[in-house]
Amino acid sequence: MKGFINLIFSVDFVYSIFRVMTPLLFASMGAVISDIAGVPNIALEGLMLMAAFAGMYFSYLTQSAAVGLLMALLIAITFAGVLAFFTLYYKTNIILGGIALNSLASGGTVFFLYLVANDKGTSVSLASKTLPNIHIPIIENIPILGDILSGHNILTYVSVLAVIFTYYLLKSTDLGYHIRAVGEKKEAAESVGISTIKTQAIALLLSGVMCGFGGAFMSMGYVSWFSRDMLSSRGWIALAAEAMGRQTAIGTAAASLLFGVADAVSNAAAAQGLPSDLVKTIPYLATLIGLAIFSVRIYKKQKEV
Amino acid sequence: MSDYILEMNHIAKIYGNGVVANSDVNFNLKKGEIHALVGENGAGKSTLMKILFGMEQPSRGEIILRGKKTVFSGSKEAIASGIGMVHQHFMLVESFTVAQNIVLGMEPKKGLFVNSEEAVRFTKEMGEKYNLPVEPEEITKNLPVGLKQKVEILKALARGAEILILDEPTAVLTPQETDQLFEELNQLKKQGHTIVFISHKIPEIKQICDRITVMRSGRTIETYLCEDVTEQQISNAIMGCELNTSIERKVKKYGEVNVHVENLSYTDKSGVQILKDISFNVRKGMIFGIAGVQGNGQVELIDILSRKRAVQSGNVTFFNQDISGLNQKTVRELSFGYVPEDRLEQGVASSVAISENMISNDLENNDFQKYGMLDFRKIDEFVNENIKGYEIRCAGGAQPVGMLSGGNMQKVVVARECEHNPDILIAEQPTRGVDVGAAHIIHKKIVQLCEQGSSVLLVSADLAEILKLSDVLAVMYEGEIVAFFESTEGLNEEKLGLYMLGIEKHTLEQMRKAVN
Repeated sequence: MKGFINLIFSVDFVYSIFRVMTPLLFASMGAVISDIAGVPNIALEGLMLMAAFAGMYFSYLTQSAAVGLLMALLIAITFAGVLAFFTLYYKTNIILGGIALNSLASGGTVFFLYLVANDKGTSVSLASKTLPNIHIPIIENIPILGDILSGHNILTYVSVLAVIFTYYLLKSTDLGYHIRAVGEKKEAAESVGISTIKTQAIALLLSGVMCGFGGAFMSMGYVSWFSRDMLSSRGWIALAAEAMGRQTAIGTAAASLLFGVADAVSNAAAAQGLPSDLVKTIPYLATLIGLAIFSVRIYKKQKEV
Repeated sequence: MSDYILEMNHIAKIYGNGVVANSDVNFNLKKGEIHALVGENGAGKSTLMKILFGMEQPSRGEIILRGKKTVFSGSKEAIASGIGMVHQHFMLVESFTVAQNIVLGMEPKKGLFVNSEEAVRFTKEMGEKYNLPVEPEEITKNLPVGLKQKVEILKALARGAEILILDEPTAVLTPQETDQLFEELNQLKKQGHTIVFISHKIPEIKQICDRITVMRSGRTIETYLCEDVTEQQISNAIMGCELNTSIERKVKKYGEVNVHVENLSYTDKSGVQILKDISFNVRKGMIFGIAGVQGNGQVELIDILSRKRAVQSGNVTFFNQDISGLNQKTVRELSFGYVPEDRLEQGVASSVAISENMISNDLENNDFQKYGMLDFRKIDEFVNENIKGYEIRCAGGAQPVGMLSGGNMQKVVVARECEHNPDILIAEQPTRGVDVGAAHIIHKKIVQLCEQGSSVLLVSADLAEILKLSDVLAVMYEGEIVAFFESTEGLNEEKLGLYMLGIEKHTLEQMRKAVN
């Protein structure tokens, strides 16, 4: 137990929070943008899974991590576009569309994994590339802080930028205004000539970009291979974070941090030799508890009115 | 060049499902006039205006704007051509500030970002230019209805609207707000704007409009100069026949007290006292009217009686039974009917069929059941009877309520609440936004219920309606009953107005007569 506490307060542990938080941040920002626009994208999990596979496979094919990242983005954006096309143009229910994409991703990636790696579990037999870690000059030399803030995968830094991007997009740009207007009152936006379909499509594509980054990080940063269902529900936890963060970029990032800590704790506890099947439930328990507390608070508030 | 700024000639609109909304409509506007467009609910006014605003394309006919033949493929083009529309249901994003709503879709930019200061400045400038002062940084949600409407009008003007379409602008306004709106509209008229004014309230039209076009079943019947016609003539033209809207009250006999309210007070969450010591009785066979400017506690009072809010202090009984322990379902079992003010939010489930809406308060009625299951043959009989009796214009009982026009929707609500002959009926603004003919049907039904021995509590901001129907009348001001009249004889809107604005007040003794 003492060893465990020491580990929690170690530099490595805090460093690992950033690492596990990265995909959550990307996905939850995708959730924020799409939900604010009135088209809640629940296919985050599937989109990230596809992106993770594409990143691994194309970086193996071309032996270039950059091409892998580009293809991961491209695949995620393409399928987000497919979702937009069916839900906005052909009026499919967005939730059903999201479920379909998730199932497609789960089965499809295993199918292609078997095709290219002759393995239904992981892609370790393929020598795919990873994205570089960045050492920030000056900061890296500061004791403790340098060890925590420097040396992360490039996408971890991008994920922080993604939060800032989402914040300013919604708060201060005309596109952000349009996204909010369309999500809150479609008719109002249309009455002044803003196209609902166009705005919602852009929002879904942006959530696709976020998922592209998140997926690429999983197979080219977090680990250096692809394995089946490797997102292990991070796309769903991101939706929970978005709900707890009340659809604001900052609140959602804070909720993601909370889940990141839970995830890191579970990893640390597993490393201490605690039964891994048990400690792996920590992030999900945290999600459940977080959502319960959150909805009780909302319920109380509504009751008072 | 003709002297019309806009001409719509031989417009027809036939929808894909074969419904003819407009057939051969001729409508024109002179620059700088206020032009009323009137007709029953479903006469085709909305469709015509949607065509003018580019939301619908006409199946036939031509639109000539400033002497040039024009085709709008969307409202964006109509806006660009100087046409603005203020919808009955406001097109405002509630969480935005006033300025954000005004500039929506044409935001001033500074680099990548929206220039908020410029938006605020622009809003102020527009407000001053058109004499419509608004607070640019106020959140829209927090504004009263009258101000929201101002923002809507300003939004259209800021986009360069010269022709303004106002769809039932006074339906949601208090009398004071209405007066202010009329002043503003006259100002705009002086500045050269042309205004289309859609309304059901004929006295208002007489007051403010220059010309008036009457529509009936998809056709324009006639365009008159407003000063040339009387209110009765307008009403006749709308109905297509002489309609006597006066209602004869055959029986007037009060029985025992059905509704008893005693010392009722209510304080809201933020500690504001909304209702102060309200006491009154409604007897069997009596229509008890409550007049008052909206927001003086009427909503809270009705919410308490209909069991949406708790009885905090005081005593409310129906048929001598305390209702504080009842809920909305059990209070209905006492033979209680309620026509809510907001039909879209509370009155109907809009995506569901007319028939289902019409029986939703009475599913447990054995008449509608057979072997424990709903008997759709009987239900259909009941629904069809009501569709006929209330002249509900629809394609049949299976049509979703949301597709009906406002007045017809209201008839569905009234039919549901009245056809089970409740002993207590609360009617809250029962004819708001409803045309003359439909209002007459609803009024007749209320009077008929009362003659059969029901107690009716009528709450309305429409004074003409209150004066016409009520047997006894109370006025609410700032959560109190400030006046009580045992009969409406000799009362008029001006006299009532003094009490409604809190200028005059009855003595306590006089008001005690409300507990008769």
